[in-house]
Amino acid sequence: MTDPIVSIRGVSKRFPGGVIAVDNIDIDIAQNEFFALLGPSGCGKTTLLRMISGLETPTEGQIIIAGQDMALTPPNKRPTNMVFQSYAVFPHMTVEDNVAYGLRVTGVPADETTRRTAEALEMVKLSHLAKRKPDQMSGGQRQRVALARALVKRPKVLLLDEPLSALDAKLRDDMRMELTRLQETVGITFIIVTHDQDEALSMASRIAVIDKGAVQQIAAPSELYEQPATRFVADFIGKVNLIDAKVLSRSGKSISCEAKGLGKLKFDTDKTCGDSVAVAVRPEKLKISKAEPKAAGLIKVQGKVRDVAYYGDTSHIVVSIKGGPDLQVNVQNDSRTGGSGVERGQAIWVSWMPDDSLVLTE
Amino acid sequence: MPSPFLLASIQGSQEQGESGRVLDNWKDNKNVFWTLAGPGTFWLLVFFILPLGFLFVMSFSDKAVIDGEISITEYDYLTGISNYIRSVDALYLTIIWKSIWVSALATVLCLLTAYPIAFGICFASERWKPLLLLLVVLPFWINLLIRTYALIAVFRSQGYVNLALGTVGLGPFDMLYNNFAVIFGLVYVYMPFMVLPLYATIERLDKSFLEASLDLGASQFTTFLKVTVPLTMPGIITGVILVFIPCLGSFLTPDLLGGANAIMIGNVIERQFKAANDWPFGAALSFMLMYATFAALMLRAFLAKRSAGVDV
Repeated sequence: MTDPIVSIRGVSKRFPGGVIAVDNIDIDIAQNEFFALLGPSGCGKTTLLRMISGLETPTEGQIIIAGQDMALTPPNKRPTNMVFQSYAVFPHMTVEDNVAYGLRVTGVPADETTRRTAEALEMVKLSHLAKRKPDQMSGGQRQRVALARALVKRPKVLLLDEPLSALDAKLRDDMRMELTRLQETVGITFIIVTHDQDEALSMASRIAVIDKGAVQQIAAPSELYEQPATRFVADFIGKVNLIDAKVLSRSGKSISCEAKGLGKLKFDTDKTCGDSVAVAVRPEKLKISKAEPKAAGLIKVQGKVRDVAYYGDTSHIVVSIKGGPDLQVNVQNDSRTGGSGVERGQAIWVSWMPDDSLVLTE
Repeated sequence: MPSPFLLASIQGSQEQGESGRVLDNWKDNKNVFWTLAGPGTFWLLVFFILPLGFLFVMSFSDKAVIDGEISITEYDYLTGISNYIRSVDALYLTIIWKSIWVSALATVLCLLTAYPIAFGICFASERWKPLLLLLVVLPFWINLLIRTYALIAVFRSQGYVNLALGTVGLGPFDMLYNNFAVIFGLVYVYMPFMVLPLYATIERLDKSFLEASLDLGASQFTTFLKVTVPLTMPGIITGVILVFIPCLGSFLTPDLLGGANAIMIGNVIERQFKAANDWPFGAALSFMLMYATFAALMLRAFLAKRSAGVDV
């Protein structure tokens, strides 16, 4: 990576009372990235974002933005701007005044302020509402004000704290695309905090998955989905079938293990592992068939259909297998008749290519 | 005294927004309506409106002249506005004007002292908050008269302040029986009325507004002026009115701490009703004071309209 715009080095945050919100995190974020901090609520991702903005001080470690250590730089002097989860659009100012606020308080000349404010409002398509007060606007519009207010400052890094969580589903989809478009137009590094994996996967160029204050994995969305590094990541990103397995023997890069309900399996893995691992496989990678599949090399198991949930485009079938966990299989309903064609209680074979599953060691 | 009226108007203005539906519901049912509204209406009517009406009539009356002598107990009702003409005499106008600026100064000092106190309580830890609020209202548990006499003990020539100053070779200063003592006394007595509404608004203030301002490049001071103060304006206005109006009508504090040198309109009114036994003129002066109060309330309504949208 060429010089990162934001470099987080060994950052920890301990709150009085011994709560460790952020535990020794290292992240480098490149220029123009759309970077997501993803994790369940309370995992420390917002605290990390607030430390980047300067609203919170790290207990340990360094935050370097554009080559400068930010330790002694207060939030009002940092080249970052934040879109707050509550938007924090000033209720006593018009939309225009809200957007111009950050320029006025830093002594930008009046004519430049007017021009840049108008540009920013244009960018978020709010020019026609410039004279409105925030209480006359919808949540989505207020968020655009918050965005324009931050972007008008031309920060090196834009920080977004759960920007879509307060919007309803339809608006959320629009705003997701809008944010991606904005990021491409303005060419500013975006760091977004979210607990919603879909949001992170669809918008970000890279994602850091955080759990209990520590980074689990930093990777591009597709890598995160197909090559999760840990059980937590596999489980948190999308749906996954996790089957516990006991390691029987290792030789070079391959291991042999006894998976619950599946019997003996062989896998290639370059990771060192202990005595117990988990076999992970995504529901859409599984195939079902009434007769035993004949192709060579498949991992297959017979079970009974416990539940079928119909979702229109797909059906989610839960199959219970002897001695192992229930497996979820997602099938495309690609013909108009019959749906998935399986019924509850029916005996069925589940199979998949070994390459579609993954051995997770931690 | 205008205070019940005032409280009603302040509460009313705060509830307008939300209470619509609930009010509709119990207004529909006549029995429920009168059960709820009855006691309050009775109270206001019998103990507030009627006596006030009596005083209003009194202010347009004169003491009766019976057999060429001014009666002590009898009145000629509704004789004209002679009392009001008397009350705009330069002597009384001077005292009213002085009462206004003494009250205004006390209110400003109250605001300047109370704002940091309220802010401090809001940002104190959850464990300390109730205790600090208790300390603010604690003086209410002690009779005003006793508290005022206690102030005399503090400020008199051989009081604690002069004693302390004496040890470093200063004083003694005359701190009692002047405007300073009156203003100090008023600030002391009415401080809780300023702290509590300020506390309520600052507590409700979403701290992310302040963070957003800092994040956008404003200094702490600019943030305070441009975000904190405007957003806590409803509390400031309520506090100012709750302090200014009772100050304007106060008579105990100037009587005990101000002596003859620092008389306020409240003292004049009190003397008309008691020593001078001139109820009609006392009533007229009272109403003059009430008009000043109404003017202050209208000012509040005007300011509230201007800062519309702030009532978060």
